[in-house]
Amino acid sequence: MAAGVPVPELLDRDPGDRIQVLDDDGSVREGATVPDLADDRLVELYRYMKLARRFDQRAVSLQRQGRMGTYPPLSGQEAAQIGSAFALGEEDWLVPSYREHGAALVKGLSLKQTLLYWMGNEQGNRVPEGSNLFTVSVPIATQIPHATGLAWASKLKDESETAFLVYFGDGATSEGDFHEGMNFAGVFDTPNVFFCNNNQWAISVPRERQTAAETLAQKAQAYGFRGVQVDGMDPLAVYAATEAAVEQAKSPDAEGPRPTMIEAVQYRFGAHTTADDPSVYRDEDEVERWKQKDPIPRLETFLLETGRLDEERIEAIEDDIEEQIATAIDEAESEPRPEPPEMFEYTYAEQTPRQAEQQDYLEAIRERFGDDAILED
Amino acid sequence: MAESLTLVQAVRDGLHDKMAEDDAVIVMGEDVGANGGVFRATEGLYDEFGEDRVIDTPLSESGIVGTAIGMAAYGLKPVPEIQFSGFMYPGFDQLISHAARLRNRSRGRFSAPLVLRAPMGGGIRAPELHSESKEAFYSHEPGLKVVIPSTPHDTKGLLIAAIDDPDPVVFLEPKKIYRSFREDVPDGTYEVPLGEAAVRREGADLSVFTWGAMTRPTLAAAETLADEIDLEVVDLRTLSPIDWDTIVESFKKTGRAAVVHEAPKTGGLGAEIAATIQEEALLYQEAPVERITGFDVQYPLYALEDYYLPEAARVEAGIREAFEF
Repeated sequence: MAAGVPVPELLDRDPGDRIQVLDDDGSVREGATVPDLADDRLVELYRYMKLARRFDQRAVSLQRQGRMGTYPPLSGQEAAQIGSAFALGEEDWLVPSYREHGAALVKGLSLKQTLLYWMGNEQGNRVPEGSNLFTVSVPIATQIPHATGLAWASKLKDESETAFLVYFGDGATSEGDFHEGMNFAGVFDTPNVFFCNNNQWAISVPRERQTAAETLAQKAQAYGFRGVQVDGMDPLAVYAATEAAVEQAKSPDAEGPRPTMIEAVQYRFGAHTTADDPSVYRDEDEVERWKQKDPIPRLETFLLETGRLDEERIEAIEDDIEEQIATAIDEAESEPRPEPPEMFEYTYAEQTPRQAEQQDYLEAIRERFGDDAILED
Repeated sequence: MAESLTLVQAVRDGLHDKMAEDDAVIVMGEDVGANGGVFRATEGLYDEFGEDRVIDTPLSESGIVGTAIGMAAYGLKPVPEIQFSGFMYPGFDQLISHAARLRNRSRGRFSAPLVLRAPMGGGIRAPELHSESKEAFYSHEPGLKVVIPSTPHDTKGLLIAAIDDPDPVVFLEPKKIYRSFREDVPDGTYEVPLGEAAVRREGADLSVFTWGAMTRPTLAAAETLADEIDLEVVDLRTLSPIDWDTIVESFKKTGRAAVVHEAPKTGGLGAEIAATIQEEALLYQEAPVERITGFDVQYPLYALEDYYLPEAARVEAGIREAFEF
């Protein structure tokens, strides 16, 4: 192979050789390199993680109170989400699945919109213009080929300064679309980062039931590119691994292939969704063991001990977060129900005559019987 | 200037002229490159436009449709080919769950204006899953448009209109008539608008609604029966959205109708047409709407396929039934 830009050192390792920076207690591991992030960025990273955790708690509570529909919680996965999203530039694209509310916020989707979406209002999924964030995608793994296609189109347009990161879970690696999307990426050498949030459980099915392979990361080798494992509850390791993979994606002259798969090993502290009861299929002991790796205290300890943060600042951050979330909830809850004709507005660029008839029909029924006759309690 | 082309040559000509006009248009699929497609629908395009615009993909239908969605969302105009419509199903999830829904899901921020081409229909003595007509599947899904041309001229114009359309289009090509006849096809790009049916033969006694490869045998039946029944033959061309105005207008004139399609009867588009006629023109109706269709069976291997397809005898018998009621 012709000499070119060398592959980032961090990626040049065996799939099972897990990238770690912080120990479970928040101290920097021997020989590990803290990523080159300014102090205020590190504090910002911490703030986003705290925000994501607190938002998650409030969202679950809203669902329990009947103020929101089914919601997929993210607690435990903040480092993977915020750490990876932080490594993306504004020009880079993020293709989510459906649990990455924290990462979406980093990419410019407001908390209000995330709440609206899970409150059943599709305006919540309308990513603001200028934000390089794709829509939430509910079916498993099907967003992976989209990310490959987006990246491929960018490459065909001769762009080289844009990377495309896609999230999916451990369960998704068993789907055909994982294979097909990864395979196209390898064949066409697309600027992708395939970021697997391995949270150990696909609803009730454990990671070892998804594959007999030792790691998920090693699957990348079958597609001709690198796969690395990272401690997904270590935000500094996640940031470093993602930054390296993004750099590789943006190097058309790189020695190695442009796509990389990252398996972020982590744990979902809560339920799959608010409709799920994890006590049916997993032991509380297991949850407690993983809580020892909780990413938030780990980063907090690191920041405190390196003098980047103090208790006073933490308190200020907590107050600020509380207010930000409360405001978002107020805004989302005071958003009126969308007007029913909105249902007919976005199927096609231009409404069909039959849709127009159906819209008129619905409006006539509303007028005749009133909305109360139509709406369930 | 015009050239006398077959239907499959018109596909190729439409792709060629549109690619020459618009750099965003790319062709992708299995064997579409150096091989020129198993039916030669992309012949010569690889040499002319290169491997970045005429892309041989892995054998991977969901990968083809799924990546095409990403490409379309990023501003390209991909025209993926599925080698036979019977092989669409691995990509069906991508088509239904994403291509059809992206605009709605994102409330207009994103869309997937791709044109998914696939040869469809029976009559070519092919192996299993090479002969089906599944236009009803695609027409049932809001967000997709569905086109089945029946002539070379329309093929080129509809294909170009589909590529220019802002929404995803399933473009099903009746392979039985890929090379059956030629027609003058204009040089350069032109559009035959989506959503508009063509009245192929005007008549006063009975309207026959059909599309794709069934159009020519239906027109032949109209000539055979011309001394007894004055048939109007309407080629729908677009199956979603259907041109209801033309259907209803024709029916109001004749008061009798038959629908001819290759697909099985139950849940086929004939049912939708019959229901719409009753809703819109009941008081004009003089006979039940006759559905002349494939049977509710798996499409048979070719030893029996002539018995499956609604060919001349069934078309004539069905039309008489509706006329003599």
